[in-house]
Amino acid sequence: MEHPDRWHRDGPGHRGPFGRHGPFGLRERHTGHGGPLRREQADRLGGGVAAGIAAWRGFSPTTVRIVFVLVTLVSTGWGVPLYVLAWLFIPAAGADANIFSKARNDAGGIRLAVGLASLLIFVLLVAGALNGGWFIGWASPQVFSVAGLALIWRNGAEDDQATLRHLLEPLGVATGDVRPNRRSALRLVIAGALMAGGLGWLFSAHASLALLRPLGGVLLVIAAIVLALGPWWLRIARDLALERQAKARADERLDIGARVHDSVLQTLALIQRRADDPQKVIQLARMQERELRSWLFEGRDPDEADEELTVAGGVRKIQQDVEARYGVPVEAVTVGDCDLDDNLTALLAAAGEATVNAAKWSGAGVISLFAEVEPGEVSIVVRDRGKGFDPEAVPEDRKGLAESVHGRMTRRGGTATVTTAPGEGTKVTLKMPRSSLSAGRT
Amino acid sequence: MSTKTPRVVLVDDHGLFRSGVRAELGRQVEVVGEADDVQPAIDLIGELLPDVVLLDVHLPGGGGQAVVQAVKGSHPDVRFLALSASDAPEDVIAVIRAGARGYVTKTISTAELADAVRRVAAGDAVFSHRLAGFVLDAFAAAPQAPSDVKPSFDSELDQLTSREREVLRLIAQGYTYKEIAKELFISTKTVESHVSSVLRKLQLSTRHQLTRWAAERRLA
Repeated sequence: MEHPDRWHRDGPGHRGPFGRHGPFGLRERHTGHGGPLRREQADRLGGGVAAGIAAWRGFSPTTVRIVFVLVTLVSTGWGVPLYVLAWLFIPAAGADANIFSKARNDAGGIRLAVGLASLLIFVLLVAGALNGGWFIGWASPQVFSVAGLALIWRNGAEDDQATLRHLLEPLGVATGDVRPNRRSALRLVIAGALMAGGLGWLFSAHASLALLRPLGGVLLVIAAIVLALGPWWLRIARDLALERQAKARADERLDIGARVHDSVLQTLALIQRRADDPQKVIQLARMQERELRSWLFEGRDPDEADEELTVAGGVRKIQQDVEARYGVPVEAVTVGDCDLDDNLTALLAAAGEATVNAAKWSGAGVISLFAEVEPGEVSIVVRDRGKGFDPEAVPEDRKGLAESVHGRMTRRGGTATVTTAPGEGTKVTLKMPRSSLSAGRT
Repeated sequence: MSTKTPRVVLVDDHGLFRSGVRAELGRQVEVVGEADDVQPAIDLIGELLPDVVLLDVHLPGGGGQAVVQAVKGSHPDVRFLALSASDAPEDVIAVIRAGARGYVTKTISTAELADAVRRVAAGDAVFSHRLAGFVLDAFAAAPQAPSDVKPSFDSELDQLTSREREVLRLIAQGYTYKEIAKELFISTKTVESHVSSVLRKLQLSTRHQLTRWAAERRLA
């Protein structure tokens, strides 16, 4: 769904006759393109009819729009159904068939159109009974507009539907289509107050009580119409709701399909190509497994950026990085969780370094990474069953890494203990006290 | 630990997985039967009376815990080892609390699986490193939440001893029982008894926090 702001950016006034090129139409076209009349998709405000006529005859779209608005004003609103008809019958640029040829076979759409039109006629009858006057004159042509728009809504191309959605957005609040926010609720309340005030004014203007006498007859007629047509309108509303649900389900299926395609099928393809490299195959399978698992069971998108905000997220990140870069499986277990602060970020950095170290040097088939968040401190243990080493006879390059792990921890008030012996594997235990701030937010 | 090969029934709805496990475990345990759903599994177990049932947590007809609950009453000697691909704490805790003696993930190696089966057959508990993590997490979450926890009739069940905690931590770090025994200067038997005691607490504790904790974990 496109963001509604896109449509409100220029303010509602600019959506009117002058279009987005301002009152003088910066884009001028003097000669038509000579082809058949088509609705112009690129320069559209509504259905692209005005832009299409402009391109066809070589006028500026703005001129066409002004003429259209004038025609609408003079004809007391008949311009609108005229426009909708043009939208229905003129094919879009690049398309052969118009929307109507498709709508003809859409029984549900025709039912919906007739239903909406009859609903509007009903409203107009009620308004007429209440002495609507000029309002009726303007609104009656819109019976046809509504029916036409319903057909376009059902049968139009994707961008026609999107345009309609944006044009009808203000109504969406009433039908529950758009989630109401505080501003739209306020708008509805003000509109309700204005309408109540206006109606009150109308009634008080006809102060004579005699006027109310025919009201009984009107009410009877209304009741009859509601009884006759009510269930039908309800069914139309229900059909619409069902259709919306079906669309939501289809969207969800598409989403799952896309996910399976993006990750699972890609990985399977990679595995087939790398079948001769077992290490790589295991690595790919594990990576995919983790990704799918976090998406299916934890509802978390692996690409989300908030991974590192907590201890558990940071541990997961270390696990992923090391498995991806060195192809050594890391079995991570986290007990408890808390938000990161500077000290804990340093702890995770040290743990990451220790894990990389184990992956590079130990030769172990698997590394375990265990993190526990306790009220007073956070500890991380990195352990492998690899070849281990003699702490007294460490080569210079490894000592450097050990120093950096050690240094990182002690600078922040933590401790790092390395337990190892040749052939015994290596265990790095890191402990960092929690600051009072992060301890408060477990 | 008994010396004869344990008799095993496989319960899993994926035929491919069953035949894979059967082929891998073939020599080390005796696979006497297979079932692919809850009701056939209950019937088969009652008929064959195996030592160990390797049980998938996710079965179409009600999940692994339904099998455990149905068999437990009539045949208390049949032991269950739960297998799952999901690692979702909710599922794991549910099947353990139903009465399974252990839990391992489907990515476990053949040797480890055979070892786990033998251990369960001998009456011990089997905790994967992940299950150990879950248990630590579950029992650590709000150690004494006074208001919303019913006072249990046996408060000893609601808490882990510090020794049990240590053992669980080492399991979570990938230590074997033998390595744990060496690390803590105790015998392997003692390690086993600590783990069995944790399993008992996990199964009998009335903290409904445990269930809630598992449910929350899934939503988090």
